[in-house]
Amino acid sequence: MTEDKGQTREVVTLTVPSHPKFLYVVRSALYPVVIDAGFSKKETRKIILAVDEACSNIIKYAYEGDPLQTIKLSIAVEAAEVRIELSDRGKRADPSKIAPRDLSDIRPGGLGTHFMQAVFDTVRYDTSGAQGTVLTLVKKKRSPFGEEAKK
Amino acid sequence: MKVEIAVEKHASGFLLKLKGDVDMNSSSDVRGALGDTFRQGPKDAKALFIDLSQVRYMDSSGIATLVEAMQTCLKQGARLRLIDLSPAVRDVFELARLASIFEIFPSMDEAAKGL
Repeated sequence: MTEDKGQTREVVTLTVPSHPKFLYVVRSALYPVVIDAGFSKKETRKIILAVDEACSNIIKYAYEGDPLQTIKLSIAVEAAEVRIELSDRGKRADPSKIAPRDLSDIRPGGLGTHFMQAVFDTVRYDTSGAQGTVLTLVKKKRSPFGEEAKK
Repeated sequence: MKVEIAVEKHASGFLLKLKGDVDMNSSSDVRGALGDTFRQGPKDAKALFIDLSQVRYMDSSGIATLVEAMQTCLKQGARLRLIDLSPAVRDVFELARLASIFEIFPSMDEAAKGL
């Protein structure tokens, strides 16, 4: 864990192999960080679900099932939000082709993108780097009355 | 993280009890257990019951597995009845808006009624 006390944020970084058995490690690392950031247990469970789905998509689509690659996570806790970046070095995502499916179409699969968009305020794919994709997921903190937290 | 699967014979069908995390790493185990149950169970089973009270985590691959089980049950003329959803399962059902698609009961006794 890296804590930058010079600024108002704490950053936790984690790198895991691109094997589905390490999704558990991602979930276990996220839970205390997100809870400590001030999110409720229910919000935390949904944030973890959406990040887990993002990692699953990296394994399936960016690395096409290759378990010998890596996924890097950076979790930044700020006064008003939590910002999670997932970096891979695999096949690049095409944001124009990523869309949640119609939920009335009851069939197996295709829910991960919907979960990410339903849970996070921002879902952004960046393919401008030398290789791979950086996916940024931002969840703003809200007061019990539904208002966004002040920075 | 593995999922533990227990299969019990019941008067009106079979009961699968899941315990642990149902994710991309383990949902194939659940799918395999469901396949074995469908193949080996009596063809006149009225229902397949799945107890989800001990599921600590479920992702979209777990949802996909349940949707496949529902489709197989429909083909075989049986009902799929889900029992006692854990908070983690409720969350994923809420996000996927699936609560109205499945038959969900608070207990095995309630689920076994009306078959």
